[in-house]
Amino acid sequence: MEHDAAVRGVSTGTTIMAVTFDGGVIIGSDSRATRGGEEVSSKTINKLVQVHQRIFCCMAGSLADAQAVLKTASFQLNLHSVQMEAPPRVIAAASLLRKLCYHNKDELQAGFITAGWDPQKGPQVYVVSLGGMLISQPFTIAGSGSTYIYGYTDAKYRPHMTREEGLQFVTNALALAMGRDNVSGGVAHLVVITEEGAEHVVIPGNKLPKFHDE
Amino acid sequence: LSSNRRYDLSASTFSPDGRVFQVEYAMKAVENSSTAIAVRCKDGVVFGVEKLVLSKLYEEGSNKRIFNVDKHVGMAVAGLLADARSLSEVAREEASNFRSNYGYQVPLKHLADRVAMYVHAYTLYSAVRPFGCSFILGSYDLDDGPQLYMVDPSGIAYGYWGCAIGKAKQAAKTEIEKLSMKDMTCREVVKEVAKIIYIVHDEVKDKAFELDLSWVGEVTNGRHELVPKDVREEAEKYAKVKICCGTFWCVRQFCGV
Repeated sequence: MEHDAAVRGVSTGTTIMAVTFDGGVIIGSDSRATRGGEEVSSKTINKLVQVHQRIFCCMAGSLADAQAVLKTASFQLNLHSVQMEAPPRVIAAASLLRKLCYHNKDELQAGFITAGWDPQKGPQVYVVSLGGMLISQPFTIAGSGSTYIYGYTDAKYRPHMTREEGLQFVTNALALAMGRDNVSGGVAHLVVITEEGAEHVVIPGNKLPKFHDE
Repeated sequence: LSSNRRYDLSASTFSPDGRVFQVEYAMKAVENSSTAIAVRCKDGVVFGVEKLVLSKLYEEGSNKRIFNVDKHVGMAVAGLLADARSLSEVAREEASNFRSNYGYQVPLKHLADRVAMYVHAYTLYSAVRPFGCSFILGSYDLDDGPQLYMVDPSGIAYGYWGCAIGKAKQAAKTEIEKLSMKDMTCREVVKEVAKIIYIVHDEVKDKAFELDLSWVGEVTNGRHELVPKDVREEAEKYAKVKICCGTFWCVRQFCGV
């Protein structure tokens, strides 16, 4: 079963995304973990990992690989932050992930979205893809559920959104993806990161916006 | 001081009064070299080096003593030039690795500490000798502004607003202290740096010299580079006129302006 899942494709059953708004970023994900696309092994896992006070990551690909890479990168980021006597930059977190993904590309199947806020460059979103490409984007979506919402996010994203508009954008996108992708679902986890800090928002399944679901 | 003889043969030996003589001897090597100074001002850092020309056969501009460590970092050295060159490579690799690992350019304090740690390692063992050079690192970026650090053979790095190394460092420091550099721009400071080098240069003991000037700051958009020809000529002209104090021998030497 698990072998099939690995052979079938490298996106895990998941929907993850991050978007910048005026003054911060919002990173969001669903909460479903499945075994081979047949059984929901967890309804409410949190796929948003905090690597530092104002930097969060979400994982795509093999969860085992992603967790191992994230643990290593978190350690390196923390050491770096202590040496610099300053909070780490978002680009530093993303660069460490990239280095690990690129130099171990033969063994790993893990990709990441890194989002956060730092005093130098403000809100930023970075994507580290499977082979170790690192790019910065105003917003990004990933995971198996993301395929269903490319049209929505491309049409609805605007630069310099307010916090409320950003929250609405992410909530709607996640709800639409979870509504169509069988391996994404559960609750929507959102984290809003600004200069003030990180705030975790959870929207249970029955409170998600409905789109002609009757 | 023959009392040193028993404790000065290796860097791994302390003297009874708590000194490591090999490190002190390394600093003597720096004091025998010609002067290098650097001044940190409101919007950048300026380096000036008195490069003694030991032979007329040297190609002009050879034996540079100011190095580029990264786009935004410059390094001026005094002491054994070969040791200094090897350290400039160390600094370059540190800066480059940092950029590759973390995705942004290295903050100068961190770079200075890393290279200082490297220099310090060579003061611990009898199998190697300490580096016989001091160097000054300067940088400018939008996050930290202008920064200036100096590392000496003991492996210590301090931050400065102005510093001098080499044979005339005392005289140079006195001159630097007269400047109110926190309120000056690079364009103003470059002229003062040239003047200070000309002042401390000993016309009697050392004959010909070349003045190497470089800067990094808002004026160069954060890139460390040698100052352009026109700025250099203006600075040298200012220096020569300024130090012409009107005494007889001075007027003869410099006032061909």
